[in-house]
Amino acid sequence: MSASLAQYLLSGLTVGAIYALVALGFCIIYNASHVINFAQGEFVMIGGMATASLLGAGLPLAFAALGAVALAALVGMALARFAVQPARGASVVTLIIITIGAAILLRGLASIVWDKRIHALPAFSGDQPINVAGATLAPQSLWVIGVTALAVAALWGFFNRTLTGKAILAVSHNRLAAQLVGISVQRVLLVSFALSAALGALAGILIGPITFTSWDVGLLLGLKGFAAAILGGMGSGPGAVVGGLTLGLLESLGAGYVSSAYKDAIAFIVMLAVLMLMPGGLLGGRATERV
Amino acid sequence: MKLHAWFAAALLAVATAAQAQAPIRIGAFLSVTGPAAFLGDPEQKTLELYVERLNAAGGVLGRKLELVAYDSGGDAEKARTFAKRLIEQDRVDVIVGGSTTGETMAVVPLAEAAGMPFISLAGAVVIVEPVKKWVFKTPHTDRMACDKVFVDMKARGVAKAALISGSGGFDKSMRGQCLAVAKNHGIDIVADETYGAGDTDMTAQLTKIKNAAGVQAVLNAGFGQGPAIVTKNYKQLGIGVPLYQSHGVASKQYIQLAGDAAEGVRLPAAALLVAETLPDSDPQKTVVLEYKRAYEARFKQDVSTFGGHAYDGLMLAVEAMKRAGSTDKAKVRDALEQIRGYMGTAGVVNMSAQDHMGLDLTAFRMLEVRKGDWALVK
Repeated sequence: MSASLAQYLLSGLTVGAIYALVALGFCIIYNASHVINFAQGEFVMIGGMATASLLGAGLPLAFAALGAVALAALVGMALARFAVQPARGASVVTLIIITIGAAILLRGLASIVWDKRIHALPAFSGDQPINVAGATLAPQSLWVIGVTALAVAALWGFFNRTLTGKAILAVSHNRLAAQLVGISVQRVLLVSFALSAALGALAGILIGPITFTSWDVGLLLGLKGFAAAILGGMGSGPGAVVGGLTLGLLESLGAGYVSSAYKDAIAFIVMLAVLMLMPGGLLGGRATERV
Repeated sequence: MKLHAWFAAALLAVATAAQAQAPIRIGAFLSVTGPAAFLGDPEQKTLELYVERLNAAGGVLGRKLELVAYDSGGDAEKARTFAKRLIEQDRVDVIVGGSTTGETMAVVPLAEAAGMPFISLAGAVVIVEPVKKWVFKTPHTDRMACDKVFVDMKARGVAKAALISGSGGFDKSMRGQCLAVAKNHGIDIVADETYGAGDTDMTAQLTKIKNAAGVQAVLNAGFGQGPAIVTKNYKQLGIGVPLYQSHGVASKQYIQLAGDAAEGVRLPAAALLVAETLPDSDPQKTVVLEYKRAYEARFKQDVSTFGGHAYDGLMLAVEAMKRAGSTDKAKVRDALEQIRGYMGTAGVVNMSAQDHMGLDLTAFRMLEVRKGDWALVK
């Protein structure tokens, strides 16, 4: 039975790490603009699909992945520059609706530019399962968990050690004051969209070998990432990570011990309960904690 | 007065002549985009390709064919709207379409009320059971897939099997059918797990199956990426018993996605997938090989059984019109019901008043993935 538990935990952590990456993307944009970017899932899709098509064009995996992340960052910046910025006087709700529109546009474009088929990426280091305490783990899961941890550490460094990162934090705390001390809010918006798009694309590439990628993969991953971000506390970086891992573990333990038919329901019931007791989410509600 | 009557008569004659030259209109509503795009896309391509080919060969009954196709995006509500338009505005002679069971069932009442011959391309058994006067279908049913799998399991000495299925309409329907017919084959379903549409990991469900006592084989009902993830997780967990998939993944794409993990997986499918390796004596070989070559030459894409369903639908409609000698809807319907021994990509079609699909278990072949390709299980 303990082998089963280990299996559920490992599966939950892998899935949770992906949710965490998507949730972090939501967070960064939310902090810079108070917009919940519903096109976040599409960045995940672009990461996976662009890598698949670059690989198909004969590029080695590392370059294909880099190219895909760069492409997603460009798309993210274009979204900020041509869709969000021109509407900067509008209410947050309007901006959110704009991102929903952008998501539909990106999905449509992807189905035309690429195709409507499902693509698999090759595993980064083979398919030979690793045995851990009686459970098995695909090597790709280690990549997912490891790269997520690295990305989180790099983000922490970016926000606490670099001027650009601190500028983004400043804008998230007080936009007007940040503008008054000479921070370009427009640039902050661009950087934060590029950053969260790159994170999303990274998630898409990491899970490509495990769950495959297709033009419409972004919708559900985006929703799960959004749920994770809310669970952890919208706007909180550590919250996004905790929220993602919690959601992943809840799903996998729910499927294992209760019923796989109600797996999603279990995860969302726990989420609702948490939000009722802690409306700000697990780690939210403290303005100073914002990343 | 008299002049007027002459003029009217002349007009009528011209109109009748024009009528004779007017094309036969084939109506279609397909999920060309949306979640079921992998069904609708090859279906639409197939219909376009074969309407062109039939016209190049002189048309049907001396008239050209014209395809009127709409994209329903997998949405039953849209399917209904488009079907209404096909019947009332476009005044088509026959409808070939409905990529999914949901879309098909939404349109059934319309076709029945309008008296429109309707050949569905969707899988579930509810479409033709109970028999509906105007509704026919070309693909195998999920119940037949279950039967075929259980027969094969039995032959391998399996008495206890586990089921894992997705949460889509196809998955649920097949799960229900399999649970219902398992007993007929003396097979006990000892575990019954499900996964969600966007799920990225099924190891939890498979771990439960692995720990269920006495499981000798596992059947996965589903289509799209889910079954490929199940296959990979299955290999990762090192579950030793045979894995069966459904006809829902009967395309090369499944093998490409699941990779090495797919080795040894068995599934029931139409002969189309193994067209080249069929023995020459196989009566189906000419039909499937010709369709496969035409499709692949034109679209530079692997053929899938779903496009084959559209081929069968169109050809059955054409066959019925030829037999009826007209496009009169009631006559075409009667002719459809009387088609016997027609060889399609899905198998031999023997329609009857009780059976509006006309396929039996021999239409399914049991395939096994060997060295990254399909092989016939003898």
